[in-house]
Amino acid sequence: MTGRPRRFNLLQRLLHWLMAVCIIAMFFIGAGMVSTITPKYLPLILAHKTLGAALLVLVLIRLALRLYYGAPPLPADLPNTMKLGAKLSHYALYGLMIVMPLLGLGMLWAAAYPVVLYGGIRIPALLPQSDDVHTLLWNAHFYLGFAFFALVLLHVAAGLFHALIRRDGVFETISPLPPRENATPAE
Amino acid sequence: MNQPRNLRRSRLGSLVLIAAILGGSVAAFAYTAGWLSPQRLTPEKMVEALTPPGGVPPGHRRNHAKGICFTGVFEANGNGVPLSRAGAFAQGRYPVLGRFNLGTPNPDAADATVRVRGIGLLIQADEGHEWRMAMINPPVFPVSTPQAFHGLLLASASKDPNAMKTFAEANPEIAAFAEWAKTAPWTASYAEEPYHSLNSFIFTDGSGGDHAVRWSLLPAAQPVPVAQADLEKRGPDFLEQEIRERVRTAGEQRWTMEVTVADSTDPTADPSKAWPQGRRTVPVGTLVVQRIEPERDGPCRDINFDPTVLPPGIRVSDDPFPAARSSVYRKSYDLRTAEAKDYPRTEVTKP
Repeated sequence: MTGRPRRFNLLQRLLHWLMAVCIIAMFFIGAGMVSTITPKYLPLILAHKTLGAALLVLVLIRLALRLYYGAPPLPADLPNTMKLGAKLSHYALYGLMIVMPLLGLGMLWAAAYPVVLYGGIRIPALLPQSDDVHTLLWNAHFYLGFAFFALVLLHVAAGLFHALIRRDGVFETISPLPPRENATPAE
Repeated sequence: MNQPRNLRRSRLGSLVLIAAILGGSVAAFAYTAGWLSPQRLTPEKMVEALTPPGGVPPGHRRNHAKGICFTGVFEANGNGVPLSRAGAFAQGRYPVLGRFNLGTPNPDAADATVRVRGIGLLIQADEGHEWRMAMINPPVFPVSTPQAFHGLLLASASKDPNAMKTFAEANPEIAAFAEWAKTAPWTASYAEEPYHSLNSFIFTDGSGGDHAVRWSLLPAAQPVPVAQADLEKRGPDFLEQEIRERVRTAGEQRWTMEVTVADSTDPTADPSKAWPQGRRTVPVGTLVVQRIEPERDGPCRDINFDPTVLPPGIRVSDDPFPAARSSVYRKSYDLRTAEAKDYPRTEVTKP
């Protein structure tokens, strides 16, 4: 196991928790903005677009770090099905983190809406207006949003399962807190 | 021998904690999405209230469903610069895309049966920044709040003969609009109508000063009053035929864009209240309509004239309508683009 880190490095952990807060906020902002006609609608949609664009940049940095630094190994005694589940769910999480902002941007472009973020930052359109493309991307963004939320909840449950029930050190690899004394006997 | 039991208890406690966190998250999400608040006024409910008696005509806008496209230019005279740093006010000519329309959810309504006429406009001035707006010809909006507008839609569709009377008693501001609807002359042309923003917006000038404003498009064409009964004899689409013919034979049609600047005491949050006469007005430019095209495959079809698409130098005020309109227009756009095959871009000849 030499050569594989025992924890994600500080930058990876920082990005994980920063993005976690933003992504969870995005679910609530998204669900809130499409169900209101009050003046809140405008700041919510502006925040959703701005955070979404920021998350797209962050996930690309995060993916690069992940490919460069790798991930700590899972405990050897973890059942194979759980290992497989962990692996697949992380692929899905990365996929959704990349795809969701692109779908969001694409559906705005395909509806001929100018994409203007907080501070007046404008993202030029890379797609022409198209009814079919708009509908396709809108549906994908909408339904994958629910799938993403469900997957994040599963991820939270799994993290807590490792932290509270299995206590196998998996949570500590990403924990924002410094490792506990008994988790670092070798040092 | 206590250890396993303690361990079991703490495992149970952890499971309960995990379940509580997940359950709480789902409940918070459901609350945010409005699933636990059936009384919340959502874009869907507003769209539903706009459904005409015959059902939704698929592929069309959910309100102001009947319209015709135009293109042209906005000629800014530079007088708007002290009010707003928006590019559209700097002296120059900027491309414009728009849509004349009728205030009805029925795209097949006969023109003479619809009291409210409107215009959707998109001015492309600043590089990449658009200014979109949708204006109508009455000088005031019927009601003070988006909630009241929903109530008005329900009351006017109600089978209860007293529904409108009850509504008017609860929302007395509607009297000014009703007076206009009853007494203002009808005209036989989109070109003879004024169009008003009604909603208040905030202009920001180059030194950061804010100005609460409304604006109007005042027609260069002299309005000729025509009795509604006479208009009814002109065929169901006379407005579209007239504007096409007028632009073809008489050439460009013009409107002066006039900005009205509020005093500090004027109501900006309530489009049913006109501002007092004598407020400072600034003619900032001229809308020139040069070419008319059918909506079916015209350039305005793909555009949502969302009045919150604003360039730097213009932003919404405390008027709650632009946000409400934006959310509902967006819903309408999502619905109609998904139904686009029901409104083909090439006319299908009827057998």
